Amino acid sequence: MLGYLIRRLLSAIFAIWVVITVTFIFMHLIPGGPFQTEKAIPEAIKENIEARYKLDQPLHIQYLDYLGNVVRGDLGPSYKYRGQTVNDIISERFPVSLQLGLLTFVIAIVLGMGAGIVAALYQGRMPDYITMFFSTVGISVPSFILGTLLMYVFAFRLGLLPAAMWGTPQHVIMPAVALAGLPTAFIARLTRSSMLDVLNQDYMRTALAKGLSRLRIIWVHAVKNAIIPVITYSGPLLAAILTGSFIVENIFAVPGLGKHFVTSIYNRDYTVILGLTIFYSILLIGLNMFVDFAYTLIDPRIKLTGGKE
Amino acid sequence: MRKFTFTVLILLIGMTLLIGGCSGDDGTTDGGDAMVFRYNVGTEPETMDPHLSTGIPEATIMLQIYEGLTRLNEDGLPEMALAESVDVSDDSMVYTFHLRDGLVWSNGESLTAEDFEKSWKRALSPELAADYAYMLWYIKGAEAYNSGEGSVDDVMVKALDEKTLEVTLEAPTSFFESLVAFKTYYPLYQPAIEADPEGWHTSADTIVGNGPFKLVSWEQGKMEFVPNDNYYDAEAVVLDRMVFSMVENESTELTMFETGEIDMTHTVPGQEIPRLEETGELHILPYLGTYYYIFQIEESPMDDVNVRKALTLAIDREAIVNNVTQGGQLPAYAYVPYGIPEPDGVDFREKGGDFFSYDIEEAQSLLAEAGYPGGEGFPSVEILYNTSEMHKMIAEAIQEMWKQNLGIENVTLTNQEWGVYLDTRDEGAFQIARAGWIGDYLDPYTFLDMWMTGSGNNNSRFSNEEYDSLLKDVRMTDDEVARMEMMHRLEEILMEEMPVCPIYYYTDPIMIKDHVKGYVNIATGGKDFKAAYIEQ
Repeated sequence: MLGYLIRRLLSAIFAIWVVITVTFIFMHLIPGGPFQTEKAIPEAIKENIEARYKLDQPLHIQYLDYLGNVVRGDLGPSYKYRGQTVNDIISERFPVSLQLGLLTFVIAIVLGMGAGIVAALYQGRMPDYITMFFSTVGISVPSFILGTLLMYVFAFRLGLLPAAMWGTPQHVIMPAVALAGLPTAFIARLTRSSMLDVLNQDYMRTALAKGLSRLRIIWVHAVKNAIIPVITYSGPLLAAILTGSFIVENIFAVPGLGKHFVTSIYNRDYTVILGLTIFYSILLIGLNMFVDFAYTLIDPRIKLTGGKE
Repeated sequence: MRKFTFTVLILLIGMTLLIGGCSGDDGTTDGGDAMVFRYNVGTEPETMDPHLSTGIPEATIMLQIYEGLTRLNEDGLPEMALAESVDVSDDSMVYTFHLRDGLVWSNGESLTAEDFEKSWKRALSPELAADYAYMLWYIKGAEAYNSGEGSVDDVMVKALDEKTLEVTLEAPTSFFESLVAFKTYYPLYQPAIEADPEGWHTSADTIVGNGPFKLVSWEQGKMEFVPNDNYYDAEAVVLDRMVFSMVENESTELTMFETGEIDMTHTVPGQEIPRLEETGELHILPYLGTYYYIFQIEESPMDDVNVRKALTLAIDREAIVNNVTQGGQLPAYAYVPYGIPEPDGVDFREKGGDFFSYDIEEAQSLLAEAGYPGGEGFPSVEILYNTSEMHKMIAEAIQEMWKQNLGIENVTLTNQEWGVYLDTRDEGAFQIARAGWIGDYLDPYTFLDMWMTGSGNNNSRFSNEEYDSLLKDVRMTDDEVARMEMMHRLEEILMEEMPVCPIYYYTDPIMIKDHVKGYVNIATGGKDFKAAYIEQ
């Protein structure tokens, strides 16, 4: 187990190094730079700025300096948001995305799995058709349409919720629902198909023959086995929704991290691009490792021994 | 059952985080009769350091909490602010500003002429590397110090005593009194900067200002201001509180305006303008800027002035502003926009008049003269613009007009992402490119000097000896009337040579609730709420 853990950690560090290097190269291949403005600034001032941020150094020096700083946990200053460091940006905005993301995740898991289980149990009947209809809608309607629609109904028409901004529990509801639409629908479909698969297994008939109650069969034998694909999916899902969504944050003026994933690239804010990429990679790798451990808790047949044994 | 408890656990953790993290009032409701003004500034400020900032949203925020020697009024003209009076030497080279009595910072510490001297020198220091440091280059010795060639001691700004600031300029600069109202010229509270040179401006707790308001909180996309009791003109401030939100999405902003969550927007979605006009709450404010196309004049066929003129004359600007942009923009038949008064009070544009009109016949004959009668044999040309729906629609309209009016069939459109587009423009790797320019200060010079030979903004690669020498004369003269005349001549040369094809003059359409009064819109960018109030 310990050997496995060490191997996983080493491979994670290697993966993050690859991500940094590839991002660094591609980022510098895009034309333009962080201090380019429509109003040209005098050459002398441009030189001052480049000297201040050490952009006048050769690229390989910049790269090595950057790696050194990352090891020390310093992601550098933002070029666009002067006075703020990338660490500041993440520590200020990630909590917002975390709150929104967790609620979204809970909605998606509870609603998605519930709907999937119901649909599977009533396969080919009304509840199945209704949940599958909504899950098709959920998968095909993009979050910005769902978000705009929610805002129109609940803020503009009914006046029940504030249209946008952040700070009270009321502000979280609409963005969370808008974000949850797609993962909920996806989880519902995933749960339904794996439930159907499990329900047709021989051991289900055995359990029934033993005289177990229907509820117990479904909870203990069916759901527990059907949950594996949902857990697999929830690792990357959680990493994606915890880091925020550009579109939903933009519509509801949520001061989360998602905005910076997109604007840093437009701004050529090199340190922010790299910092967020590293942050996302760590989150994704970490959650995937967590998912692998979660398997062993749910399903004793799965053991974390690595490929060689 | 383990799975079930697991779900419950996650749910509980989620809810706790959510409720724990979100408690606190939302700040938009206020008991009693407090007069609160809510504005959407449109974006998170890039920086709150006045010397480093370049944007217009930042300019608006800083206008509320800082003040320079002068402050611009509604017409964009400077009025004495921290300075009570100014003496100008006969050769217009030395300005002596006399500060008001008893000036203090928002924390009660006294504000002296030395604060100005130190602040301006800080703005110029090469280590700070401020983009807008060149706004201070009018001061003698400033450019040399900022470029790393001179010493800070040779920058000719001196605090003669606590209340007197003497500034010596490189050359007579008639708009210097407007310049000192600009944020790069704001005095900054030195102890705060010394305590934390990088981050002093990143939190409301450490920002010390000297304007009509002070910033009391800045978190989670929202800023709150209250009147600054230590402001010398505190009596003029009526509002009890201001809340600035930072909503970027235009439709969301409009919904918030319509549901009454904000009193003023920072812009409006273009396609909504016809509907909003009927509400009576749409205000089309002036904005000192021009939208134009640049011709890269080194390559054929744009190297032929007749081609450039033909293309310029064949554009129906009325149709573009009425049917495409629809934001009250004015069709441009010259380069410098409306809104700059001359010494005699007449607008520079009104006096200069139009240089051309929408004239299809003339355009056709010019094109024939260039060797392409009826558009025959005209090589394919490309219009470059940065990716945006509006630029695309304008380019499509122009493409169609050139086809209809001149018979030019092969005009193609290319869009590039902002950074790539700026690179392409700098390299001159285009034929026709969309561009826009917003004036930095209220003087035609801010529009004209960019077409100097070799200027970093001169993407057209235009070069004209008379133009360059006239620009130099404009810089050196202290005769205001002659200066304006020279600038009219500059514009005339520009329109004769046509390296640039003006399309329209910008406007600033925003939504304002009827009960908001007393605000000042500054045409070079920024809104001043010093004397704003809510009619009750």
